Amino acid sequence: MAKGKYIFWRLVALLLPYVLIQGLLGAGLISDFQQITLMMMGINIILAVSLNLIVGFTGQLALGHAGFMAVGAYTAAVLTLKIHQPFLLSLILGGLAASLAGLLVGLPTLRLKGDYLAIATLGFGEIIRGILNNVEYVGGAAGLLGIPRLTTWTWLYGFLVLTLLGVMNFVNSTHGRACLAIREDEIAAETVGINTTYYKVVAFSLGDFFAGLAGGLYAHYFYLIQPSSFSFFRSFDVLVMVVLGGLGSITGSVLAAMGITLLNALLQDLAEFRMIIYSLLLILVMIFRPQGLMGRREWSLARWLEKRGEARGPAGS
Amino acid sequence: MAGFLQQLVNGLSLGSIYALVALGYTMVYGIIQLINFAHGDVLMVGAYVGFAAVVFLKLSIWWAFLLAMGCTALLGILIERVAYRPLRHRGAPRLAALITAIGVSLFLENSGLLLFRPEIRSYPPGLILNRPLSISLGGIDFTVTTFQVTILAVTGILLLFLQYIVYWTKTGKAMRAVADDADAARLMGIDVDKTISFTFALGSAFAAVAGVLLGLYYNAIDPLMGIMPGLKAFIAAVLGGIGLIPGAVLGGFSLGFLEALVSGYWSSRMRDPIVFLLLILILLFKPSGLLGKNQVEKV
Repeated sequence: MAKGKYIFWRLVALLLPYVLIQGLLGAGLISDFQQITLMMMGINIILAVSLNLIVGFTGQLALGHAGFMAVGAYTAAVLTLKIHQPFLLSLILGGLAASLAGLLVGLPTLRLKGDYLAIATLGFGEIIRGILNNVEYVGGAAGLLGIPRLTTWTWLYGFLVLTLLGVMNFVNSTHGRACLAIREDEIAAETVGINTTYYKVVAFSLGDFFAGLAGGLYAHYFYLIQPSSFSFFRSFDVLVMVVLGGLGSITGSVLAAMGITLLNALLQDLAEFRMIIYSLLLILVMIFRPQGLMGRREWSLARWLEKRGEARGPAGS
Repeated sequence: MAGFLQQLVNGLSLGSIYALVALGYTMVYGIIQLINFAHGDVLMVGAYVGFAAVVFLKLSIWWAFLLAMGCTALLGILIERVAYRPLRHRGAPRLAALITAIGVSLFLENSGLLLFRPEIRSYPPGLILNRPLSISLGGIDFTVTTFQVTILAVTGILLLFLQYIVYWTKTGKAMRAVADDADAARLMGIDVDKTISFTFALGSAFAAVAGVLLGLYYNAIDPLMGIMPGLKAFIAAVLGGIGLIPGAVLGGFSLGFLEALVSGYWSSRMRDPIVFLLLILILLFKPSGLLGKNQVEKV
């Protein structure tokens, strides 16, 4: 009964970070700066895990995550700010808009073999920023100001758990297995009857859905969104998290997203310097440990508990 | 009609710059099937070397071209040597090589931001004669500047030079052999690594010329100037048929014309979105490019 084991501990592990931080927030023990870092951590985890679905699990290099995040952020912000729709509905519509944009970019590029997705998504990110800069309705280059601050720790944590569960279950489903097969060998996957285009597009637009969601959460936390907040450098940040954490490791992405966010906060004033370090890290990791730091391993609570149990003596005694 | 012809002339100069960059992409892609994302940033480095040669060393613009070509050729070899070769030798997946390429690109951009500062710099005026020439062709009048003629001439000379190298020299033969089948080429005694290094050097030197020309054309250089021309040149290479040298030239010129027509008849704001729409359209309808043939994949 491996599946039902440790349900209690799993629930505890799931709720512990939430309760702990909610408690600290309530007690006023977290400064504003720390709170921003904390929220960015959550948003970055959603971004990293969703990009990992595309890059790590399906093996397709996408370089426009910030662009899809922008689509979600602007859609959700316009919905709450200008059309006065409820927060939850706006967030989900933002995610769907990003997903639709992903479909438009993914369909022509993913049906081909080769690396066209990388260049198309890179271009898409730039185009989205170009368009947003020129549309007066969303504020042009100055951006959208005065978005209500609706993203709370509770909302963020809820969507974070939803993303993790969603991606984890997707990866362990038939669809996810097909994606893994495509990553390993596209031609072999095709010969065993996997519709490679279909699964690549599904994984890509699902990843973009979560990116859009993260965008909506971001917009409703920072009051202000500008086209320049969604530059290529943000996409690159997320890619670094995925690569460092491990291509195909969800827990790796979570840890790397937390680490990189902390590092970003600490090196805030040294933006170029930070990017140089990250780019070097990326090259070095690819040369010496191409599967990423965690590789494809997952950190699992059940396994950890079991190991501890074994160390102490036979289980159940 | 005169306006149309004028736009075509304008497109020709930007098109030849794209063609020069696209050649580097296509040669590298042809030989190791890698999108060298850093290619646009090599262009940026070339523009800065040219700038330094003209401003600090007080050299003439022609020496600046040569110096920029030499420096970026070395840079190209270095990039290949340090970043791509270890991956290739280990037989790493394509994804790893692509991520490395993105890393190299970001490294160059941010090193540029740190070393050269983010501000826009301009080449000093008067480096290249820029006088308008009125031409009347069959009753249609249009203007060509001597600078536009220079761009075209430089591109023409470099294309002839490339043609000579690829089809008349032993190194060129080795390049074609490695592009065709690297393993078979190795068995025939060709030094594959050296050939790949040479390809990077050649492509990077062409990018440097494009960089200096772009700097003169827009009269501005900055550390992120390589991103857009790099992307567009890649689209040009795909448009012509990636891996094909004539395709890169055709694609570059077509893209230049398209941009000139869009900014002339519509709006210069729509230029970049239209170019990316073009990429999507090629990929939908003729992914092998204008000159490419559909190839059946062999397992």
